[in-house]
Amino acid sequence: MTALAQTPSDTLPPRAPNRAWARMRRNPVALFGALLVGFFVCIALLAPLLPIPGPAATDWGAIRKAPSMQHWLGTDELGRDVLSRMIWGAQASLLAGVVSVGIALGIGIPLGVLSGYVRGWTDAAISRVTEALLAAPFLILAIALAAFLGPSLRNAMIAIGLSAVPIFIRLARGQTMQVMTEDYMESARAIGLGHGAIIWRYILPNIFPPLLVQATLTIATAIIAEASLSFLGLGQQAPAPSWGSMLNTAKGFMEQAPWLALWPGIAIFLVVLGFNLLGDGLRDALDPKGR
Amino acid sequence: MLSFLGHRILIAVPTIFLISIFVFAMQKLLPGDPVLALAGESRSPELLEFLREKYRLNDPLYVQYFTWIGNALRGDLGVSLRTQQPVTELIAQKLPVTLQLAVMALIIAVVIGIPAGIISAYRKGTWIDWLANIVALSGLSVPNFWLGIMLIMLVSVKLGWLPASGYQPLSEDPLQSIRTMLMPAFVLGTGLAASLMRHTRSAMLSVLESDYVRTARAKGLNERTVVLKHALRNALVPIVTVTTLLFGELLAGAVLTEQIFTIPGFGKLVVDAVFNRDYAVVQGVVLCTAIAFIAMNILADAMYRVLNPKMRDQ
Repeated sequence: MTALAQTPSDTLPPRAPNRAWARMRRNPVALFGALLVGFFVCIALLAPLLPIPGPAATDWGAIRKAPSMQHWLGTDELGRDVLSRMIWGAQASLLAGVVSVGIALGIGIPLGVLSGYVRGWTDAAISRVTEALLAAPFLILAIALAAFLGPSLRNAMIAIGLSAVPIFIRLARGQTMQVMTEDYMESARAIGLGHGAIIWRYILPNIFPPLLVQATLTIATAIIAEASLSFLGLGQQAPAPSWGSMLNTAKGFMEQAPWLALWPGIAIFLVVLGFNLLGDGLRDALDPKGR
Repeated sequence: MLSFLGHRILIAVPTIFLISIFVFAMQKLLPGDPVLALAGESRSPELLEFLREKYRLNDPLYVQYFTWIGNALRGDLGVSLRTQQPVTELIAQKLPVTLQLAVMALIIAVVIGIPAGIISAYRKGTWIDWLANIVALSGLSVPNFWLGIMLIMLVSVKLGWLPASGYQPLSEDPLQSIRTMLMPAFVLGTGLAASLMRHTRSAMLSVLESDYVRTARAKGLNERTVVLKHALRNALVPIVTVTTLLFGELLAGAVLTEQIFTIPGFGKLVVDAVFNRDYAVVQGVVLCTAIAFIAMNILADAMYRVLNPKMRDQ
């Protein structure tokens, strides 16, 4: 009787976001990562408001000029301001990272939770397809998909997102299966909650922390993948700026204008480092035992 | 061990079957007509029809699939639409190039990553540990194609120490071959070294805190023996497993490295094939890479059992 009178929330483990946040604040490396990410997000959002020339504005009198007071990061082979293209390129990179991970989460979580919750043949079918997709190397899969969809930033994001889906299916499935063994799941079923309510109220909140960590780390991978696809000519198309396509162009002017290759690479490195540090910090904060 | 391997290979069969369907379907959906690319300038309807018949492109998709997979099982992956060479022959030509690159990258990664991980774990919490972690995370964050461009600018263009591109077969001139591959292997090995460092550190940390290491120290053994003989030997189990798994990733990572350094390997083959809509080559390369990936997974599992005596009886 006492057990029946209990609501599942009585048996839930204590919520820990505040403790996680406190651990996060005590981790200077993770905070540095968050700062780096925040910096690039601000730059990307504020691009239209900044007093810089348009990313496609050409100046035929200033072709491949080295960094100067007028053009802080120099100009490219068409006389376009590199700083402006870098700032607008941040939008493409961050958008690619976030949207492709969004696609991967949007497909991966429902399939992973379904697989872990329903088990049986559904699980077997989803697991076999996931294993098959995981066996195809991420970048080769993304290149093939981007080629199939046609070269554009949107298609590159879809290709990267689809390539990352199996990672999230596997993680969501594993976490769901783990949550299913908890006592509070027994209580939730005992009081007659429906499948939808159990998934929404008990499974999703409890599988969220590891998925958040993985999503943060996958954004870093996705940003590099977008840059790689743009570098190969399968991502953002000219004249729209992207760090990867800027590097592709820079490759042809390594002797005459080395700065063209320097800045986009540093930017990719810093933003990816930021997401990696933030992901590591989140993992430490949300799963202190795993450190 | 044989029954374990047999079981793992049996499980891999449906996975490979699914991959083959996926690879086949994906390439069939590629934009553009491969026959147009093949016909070149002369695009008379008769010629196009002849080519479609020749390559059985008019057959229903499932017939095309079963023909393709049936031939593939006999070692015939079709003919490149562009070069007219058998795909198996193309792969056999390019694979040794990528394997050489991957093996050299692996050696570089092991030489850098494992000692760095051991030192970092042993000096946990000190500035050395902190520095090693920052360097490792930087290695994971740097886009390897950019690192390649930077190294070409510095080492080849400015200093003139190593060639910027090209390939020399190992059998023709071993020294020149290694010189040509050194920079690409370093670029490819950086990310792997960073991963290995982190895994080694993690494995060493858990082993260094174990009872038998404490016992070894209590017996009065010197630190070198404790760390290298007692701790490292046990920490090596997960490290070797991870290294085997990561070797599969090197094959995929070679795509961009080969593009930057103009190395005529597996990665360059797949990129060129994608751009030329050379279906047969893309299908063959992706299928072979996926099978290699699965094989590395099985090998990693097998090595884990060999190295870990507790697993052998299970």
